[in-house]
Amino acid sequence: MSIFLNADSKVIVQGMTGSEGRKHTARMLASGTNIVGGVTPGKGGQSVDFDGRSIPVFGSVGEAVEQTGADVTVIFVPAKFTKGAVVEAIEAEIPLAVVITEGVPVKDSAEFFALSQGSETRLIGPNCPGLISPGQSNAGIIPADITPPGRIGLVSKSGTLTYQMMYELRDIGFSSAVGIGGDPVIGTTHIDALAAFQADPDTDAIVMIGEIGGDAEERAAEFIKANVTKPVVGYVAGFTAPEGKTMGHAGAIVSGGAGTAAGKKEALEAAGVRVGKTPSETAQLMREVIQGL
Amino acid sequence: MDLFEYQARDIFEAHGVPVLRGITATTPEQAVEAARQLGTPVVVVKAQVKTGGRGKAGGVKLARSPEEAGERAAEILGMDIKGLTVETVMVTEGADIGEEYYFSLLLDRANRRYLAMASKEGGMEIEQLAVERPEALARIPVDPQVGIDDAKADEIVRAAGFDADVAPKVAAVLKQLGTVYEAEDATLVEVNPLIKTGSGDIVALDGKVSLDENAAFRHLDHAALADTSAEDPLEAAAKAKGLNYVKLDGSVGIIGNGAGLVMSTLDVVAYAGEGLPGTPKPANFLDIGGGASAEVMANGLEIILGDAQVKSVFVNVFGGITACDAVANGIVQAFSLLEGRGEPVTKPVVVRLDGNNAELGRQILTDAALPGLEQVDTMDGAAARAAELAAA
Repeated sequence: MSIFLNADSKVIVQGMTGSEGRKHTARMLASGTNIVGGVTPGKGGQSVDFDGRSIPVFGSVGEAVEQTGADVTVIFVPAKFTKGAVVEAIEAEIPLAVVITEGVPVKDSAEFFALSQGSETRLIGPNCPGLISPGQSNAGIIPADITPPGRIGLVSKSGTLTYQMMYELRDIGFSSAVGIGGDPVIGTTHIDALAAFQADPDTDAIVMIGEIGGDAEERAAEFIKANVTKPVVGYVAGFTAPEGKTMGHAGAIVSGGAGTAAGKKEALEAAGVRVGKTPSETAQLMREVIQGL
Repeated sequence: MDLFEYQARDIFEAHGVPVLRGITATTPEQAVEAARQLGTPVVVVKAQVKTGGRGKAGGVKLARSPEEAGERAAEILGMDIKGLTVETVMVTEGADIGEEYYFSLLLDRANRRYLAMASKEGGMEIEQLAVERPEALARIPVDPQVGIDDAKADEIVRAAGFDADVAPKVAAVLKQLGTVYEAEDATLVEVNPLIKTGSGDIVALDGKVSLDENAAFRHLDHAALADTSAEDPLEAAAKAKGLNYVKLDGSVGIIGNGAGLVMSTLDVVAYAGEGLPGTPKPANFLDIGGGASAEVMANGLEIILGDAQVKSVFVNVFGGITACDAVANGIVQAFSLLEGRGEPVTKPVVVRLDGNNAELGRQILTDAALPGLEQVDTMDGAAARAAELAAA
């Protein structure tokens, strides 16, 4: 098993005919992902050849879902068109939409997230590397050769830190690694991933990577305290980052003192999470946890 | 991007929000002229800095004649308010303040929607009010798909307890402020105070607006609002080259890929420097992102080496999509590009490559035998070496 994505997932790629979409579709196929189609408005009926495999292009997500039974879409369309692409995915009731695109206006993200609430669709991202269930399926841009399958679950705001942590713990392996993205509005949070890992019988322990800003880690800590019985190891980047100048009072009223790395570490430790000072120390803590199971 | 008050005023005006007339000035003479143009018996001279608490700091003053406006401007210009130097003042009409209210609309990250806050008790101490008497500050969630429509504006004024005589007028202004938020792709619109004048009109007396830079593609006019004067020269040079660079105080230059990894690199370098002479710290944040081409690497190295405080450089790359051989080639070409520009690399550079094609990348660097370049296999080890070189 795994979370959100497995060997049975049927994946389509929105923006597959663009240069980014084409490049990453080839990589996803090479790592064994079952890609059943691409979507580009106006190019329905065409197909794209990847090393001898012909992948059909559909004119809409609805059409692609109807003809292929796709249950995951990975979105590579440019920021200007991302909102339209996500809305289309939600309206087609696809269960999982992974939005890789960076630079999406937060108003667009807030609007499509609101639309996704109460719909059939879980959003991951935007501005994220996607997710991988090693050995099963890869939806996004996480390199598939860093780690074999295993029993650690990983959730992270940051792409390259995700890769670093997967690399450090490649001898143990991962059930799923989910890059949720660092934008102010994201579809899937640390809490959503923690809940899914807690419920996943093939995940024994969880690594959670956060960074400064917002209060997602603090809220995740509350959630862990109340709901997660599996061991969680944490890492927070940005201890030595200078505090940004904030403007006006509204932000301070809303977030209170939250947002610093030290505050996040404290909150996580209060919830029983062991927090590493560096990625390698965090990996070492996870190693100890796994050995103790 | 945070705006100055006068820029917020202009945007408010463009969307029909009632504001007072205001003219900016960067010299006392201009302030005299501005007051003369306004022609009101009383004007207010207001420091234009992107921080709160200007009034308390003495950055907002009344003047009863154009000459006096010039004198007040002379006092305020050049003043330091919370570390920011006042370069510009805005001279506005004097307001006949009856009552002071508070309103803001902002992105609520935790709940992934918008949040409107309103109070009948506006003015200086709104944060204190929020803590001491939270019931006096109404907080109303706003659906991003709807924004502030008539029903939402009514809900906000009712929750804040506005009296029946002003409620409809306030609601109308809140709706206009909602339009500012949506039409301009703002992440914050705050008015403190929103006033009722002696004659019963509602006016936005001050404004703070933050705009979403990701939305710049649909607001070509927003680029002109950027304040380039306040930027560090190295930051400005980096920005011109499309680099995501932040200048810090230390002596270890940092280049990495991905914001999270670079932030983590800063931490690891700072820890490594703790026990060393002079406690070396990171000199900067520089994220070269996904495609680390030779040119990006050369530009990055050039910016970092242009920082006189830098004593060593740490290049920390985990190749995901970016292949390490491409990064290594980028470094080799960067060295020769910089030599070609007459700025050969003379400071020690520590490189750590892992991930996609790491072996190949390391071999390229070994073969190139660049002067002063060392490779270390692990992130912690490389950070320690870079800190050591900066301490020496």
